[in-house]
Amino acid sequence: MKFISAIIKPFKLDEVREALSAIGVQGITVTEVKGFGRQKGHTELYRGAEYVVDFLPKVKVEIAIDDKILDQVIEAIEKSAATGKIGDGKIFVFNLEQVTRIRTGETGSEAL
Amino acid sequence: MKKVLSILALVTTLGLGFTGNVLAEDAPAADAATTEVVATPDAVAPVEAATPEVATAPEAAPAEAAAPEVAPTVDKGDTTWMMISTILVVLMVPGLALFYGGLVRSKNMLSVLMQVFVVFSLVSVLWAVYGYSLAFGSGAGPIIGDFGKLFLAGVTSDSLSDTFTAGVKIPEYVFIAFQCIFAGLTATLIVGSFAERIKFSAVLLFSAIWFTLSYIPIAHMVWGAGGYLLGQGALDFAGGTVVHINAAVAGLVGAYMVGKRIGYGKEALTPHNLTLTMLGAALLWVGWFGFNAGSNLEATGGAGLALVNTLFATAAAVLAWSIGEAFTKGKASMLGAASGAVAGLVAITPACGSVGPMGGIVIGFAGGFLCLWGVTGLKKLLGADDSLDVFGVHGVGGIVGALLTGVFTAPSLGGTGKPDFSIASQVIVQGEGVIITIIWSAIAAFIAYKIADLIVGLRVSEEAEREGLDTTSHGERAYNI
Repeated sequence: MKFISAIIKPFKLDEVREALSAIGVQGITVTEVKGFGRQKGHTELYRGAEYVVDFLPKVKVEIAIDDKILDQVIEAIEKSAATGKIGDGKIFVFNLEQVTRIRTGETGSEAL
Repeated sequence: MKKVLSILALVTTLGLGFTGNVLAEDAPAADAATTEVVATPDAVAPVEAATPEVATAPEAAPAEAAAPEVAPTVDKGDTTWMMISTILVVLMVPGLALFYGGLVRSKNMLSVLMQVFVVFSLVSVLWAVYGYSLAFGSGAGPIIGDFGKLFLAGVTSDSLSDTFTAGVKIPEYVFIAFQCIFAGLTATLIVGSFAERIKFSAVLLFSAIWFTLSYIPIAHMVWGAGGYLLGQGALDFAGGTVVHINAAVAGLVGAYMVGKRIGYGKEALTPHNLTLTMLGAALLWVGWFGFNAGSNLEATGGAGLALVNTLFATAAAVLAWSIGEAFTKGKASMLGAASGAVAGLVAITPACGSVGPMGGIVIGFAGGFLCLWGVTGLKKLLGADDSLDVFGVHGVGGIVGALLTGVFTAPSLGGTGKPDFSIASQVIVQGEGVIITIIWSAIAAFIAYKIADLIVGLRVSEEAEREGLDTTSHGERAYNI
């Protein structure tokens, strides 16, 4: 099993969700986050005070999947979240050791 | 019938001569009433109405004069207008609170709202107890009134106050309330300078002392009977010196004495809600119509003039600030437009009753551009953490307005000054008023902060400042989302 954490542009969230649903991903967890990579921040000016805002708003999408569909999932996110401009985000993949569905007590792939 | 009565009263007064008007600009108004009847817009309407009927009036005049002493006119329209103006000015309290509140960080929102609300209430009570008597009481000293109306002694619903027109009066209670709001509002303006770090008890103590030592004497000098600056001929229609320069200087002294906020110049101290700031500025604009046009004390063309000036000058200042920002910073901001509105309102305040609409627009533009410099270039020069730019907006705008009042009151520039109006000498008188106010307020503020510091201490602890004043000073949070 794999755990995927993808950082994407906030306005791409719906497209990513649709692309993931289309290939059978059952659930996703979404968090609004801030961060910076190569994309530069912006400057805000309040009367005489100028502030450089480095951290930009992004959305973090987390999903747990079976090994078999890993490539499909990465491809789906990559295509749906891309704009071609700097700041499109990244996809991180982790090995996932254990999953338990709280309601039934199922574990492993069945619990995904 | 009422018209006839007012004409009779006017003619009687003209006959009896002017008998001591109490308020600012009464000198020109009195001159107009006796000599240059048509020159001053204030006096135009009633006097013109009276002229054609002069032939019939003398028959009735003796009877009127024989009646016990005087027959002052109290017009229901004037009284209504002044009560509505008073209520409009109260709208500036939430306006200012929201304007300031939006500019602080969310952890200090309630502390600013609370300081504005309670300082206003505190000064209102002090006004009734001794403020009114010392500022507008029966005493005619050059600097201060007397204790004759302590606790509003002797004032009843039949008591009357003078207006700018001889013989036309308004109920004294209405005048007391109208002037009370000015006093309260002036003290609340200062809150913006030391916001986000001062102790609540220190704010209240400072406000009470400063109101007593600075607001009352300056108000008396500019507006009160026998006041020094009034005698010099200084023009301050609705309070450019009394309210804005006075408060701004006290604020600047406070910014120095309370010290900079933790993280000032290093961390981002961003406004938490500019939507509220814009709403506050808009409420201030609405309330300011009562402030400026109400200062005419009568529902006449003079009030109309103050009204259009409050409209056009403010609009011009919004444009000026936005244009200035767009050219110097690259973008015109909402905060800039809202600040421009307040700058324009401040700048036109002393001028609104005596300059023409075009002069008003020029004053608005000048106020907008110069206050933008006040919160950027000048702020850097001063080196104080005047949190919400009270001096940059109210101080600079107040000084610009006070001086330009001396320019655009000139009849050749569309103002209502007399034909022999001298721009140079008037600007000097205006400058004198500005300098006296700056020095007086600075010393009074210094004393008031020192006393507050000795008794309760000015600043909250570093820990409380980081935590935010809402929870540490007031035990509540503005937003529980």
